[in-house]
Amino acid sequence: MSSRVQSISNPKLKLQILSDEDIRSIHEATLRIIEQVGVKFPSPRALQVWADAGAEVDFERMVVKARGELIESALKRCPPAYSLAARDPQQDLPLDGNHVYLGTDGCGVEVIDIASGQRRTSRLQDVRDIARVGDAMEQIAFHWVPVSAQDAPAGTRGLHEIKAIWENSTKHVQTESIYSVHEARAAIEMAAMIAGGQRALRERPVLSLMQCTASPLGHDGGSLEAALLAAEAGLPTGFMTMAACLTTGPATLAGNLVVGNAEVIAGTALLQIAYPGAPVFYAAAQTASDLRTGAYTGGGPEDFLFGGATNALSDFYNIPLSMGSFATGAKEPNWQAGIENGLSTFMASASMADMLLGAGFLHGSRIWSYAEMMMDCEIFSIVQKMMQGIVVDQETLALEAIAAVGSSGNFLTQKHTRRHMREIFTSEFMDRRPYTEWEAKKDGAEDWALSKARRILAEHRPVPIEGKLSDEFDRIIGSVQVMA
Amino acid sequence: MTGEILQRMAQSIIDGDSDAAVALARESIAGNMDPLEAISKGFVAGVNTVGEAFGRGEAFLPELVMAGEAMKAAVALLDPELKKRGAQRQILGRVVIGTVEGDIHEIGKSLVATMLGASGFEVHDLGVDAPGDKLIGKALEVNADILAMSALLTTTMVRQREVIEELEKEGLRNRIKVMVGGAPVTRDWVATIRADGYSEDAIGAVALARKLMGSG
Repeated sequence: MSSRVQSISNPKLKLQILSDEDIRSIHEATLRIIEQVGVKFPSPRALQVWADAGAEVDFERMVVKARGELIESALKRCPPAYSLAARDPQQDLPLDGNHVYLGTDGCGVEVIDIASGQRRTSRLQDVRDIARVGDAMEQIAFHWVPVSAQDAPAGTRGLHEIKAIWENSTKHVQTESIYSVHEARAAIEMAAMIAGGQRALRERPVLSLMQCTASPLGHDGGSLEAALLAAEAGLPTGFMTMAACLTTGPATLAGNLVVGNAEVIAGTALLQIAYPGAPVFYAAAQTASDLRTGAYTGGGPEDFLFGGATNALSDFYNIPLSMGSFATGAKEPNWQAGIENGLSTFMASASMADMLLGAGFLHGSRIWSYAEMMMDCEIFSIVQKMMQGIVVDQETLALEAIAAVGSSGNFLTQKHTRRHMREIFTSEFMDRRPYTEWEAKKDGAEDWALSKARRILAEHRPVPIEGKLSDEFDRIIGSVQVMA
Repeated sequence: MTGEILQRMAQSIIDGDSDAAVALARESIAGNMDPLEAISKGFVAGVNTVGEAFGRGEAFLPELVMAGEAMKAAVALLDPELKKRGAQRQILGRVVIGTVEGDIHEIGKSLVATMLGASGFEVHDLGVDAPGDKLIGKALEVNADILAMSALLTTTMVRQREVIEELEKEGLRNRIKVMVGGAPVTRDWVATIRADGYSEDAIGAVALARKLMGSG
């Protein structure tokens, strides 16, 4: 039995980080950079598409300079809304600008073992387990490949990973770990088998692809070619910029937005030129590098601002947004994790990013923690509650109840209270016990979160895929190995 | 006069001004100054000042990097002068560095290369997407002490293991130390592939390189 999926919708809160004029300036600056500085596309196929479309292509340096009109006309062909499909249609996700969906984060390399608490290298079984827990959590609307299946062969790892998720969850799968032509082809074939054919896959894309750019102003060759294949098959595809102030982007936030924006809209325009009308999304996880070490930070005021600002850009281009949120740099579920994940998620949600990535990690998206996953899900629920705002109407003004209670007594036994009390948020992991009880037990959020995850992993039975589908997937993966 | 130009050399490094450093290097050559003195008493003094400020939290990474670049520019002019005089700059070691084959991510690798250069290592940066035989070939060519490899993806990280296995096969593993790095690299991975160490950032990488050379 599959669970319903929670989302943030019909928001009562509004956040405006950038004015219309600011957005226009960023857009104009982006077009100027694409036209005069250029973006690197290290793929012969991509370069040819650009050349055929009339862009200025330096085949030697693999840099493309495209005029603003070419970019803008291409972007106009992007469908403004579409759905991510799931094995269970009840779990389909309409990306229509009125929903915020949370996914698991990826792609980590270590796992805090759920039984032993030890940190160890990630493997395929972890992908299965995490998918199963995600399947049970209503806050998790879709899956990313959470951790790298480092015990699976490198050449087909991405395929083993999506197979593992499909076998353990009915929810939509978005992969960020398929960046080669041979894997993309096989993944599309596998997705078509789930959907019931290539045409059915177009109608109901049960798989989407996310590709990282190579900042500044560049792309990865294999990623481009995988994206082109996905776009051809009608699978939603997005390019994610992670341009970081100081290192791979300018030290100023606006400049960093320009660099990231150039990478994303140039890549998106490429897909539209090759396959007009292909479903695409904007993706971003911009940040500021650590001033001392240049290291990836995974949180901070800059992250929070980017989280709130990027949706203004994707709204301007009228396409869905996948926003990096959560992904604390903390090494354990502590104060830093709370601040970073709380604020980043609030900002991205308040600006109505369509997809939030993602729950479950420590140390800057490197170490999977089941406890953190549970706590991140609760953060999402808290933000969801906040986004419902304050409803002011005759019923909520509660005049009758106020008059009935008068100036002494309390509201506990009022019928009005009984009607509305379940609207008040109940936390699973916040410690609201008397101090002495805490003092006696000294347990807390991390313990309770871990218990919950253990329980789910032990008890939850996701709806399985047909046995012969699994066999078919093995066959497809096996045949790829022969070729690669 | 010597003291004054030495001071200006140090200042060019503190300012991260490569043009000024190059001009001063030229001036010292024209004035027949001892290139070793120019490096060790002039430019390196600047590097040390920036390093100390960095340690106190008053200077940041971009200033360190700019100082390193200015140092590199000055040394590029003064090294040939040293050779002419049959002298040699004291270096902490020779490093060949690159991002592994199939991987185009460079910022971390470039940061480490710059910091190693600024710290007194001779660095040969082979850029990104560097095949194993090119890395090993260069290491042999320059008589490298350390081979440093970066990877950002778990699927390209495996190349680090392949290169180490190749070094072992060719009987070179004892001569060449191997440092690895990149986001997916963990202590477990280092142990699995029997590398000599890793660091999560460029500062740590310099400390590790020093340690591997026995001077840390």
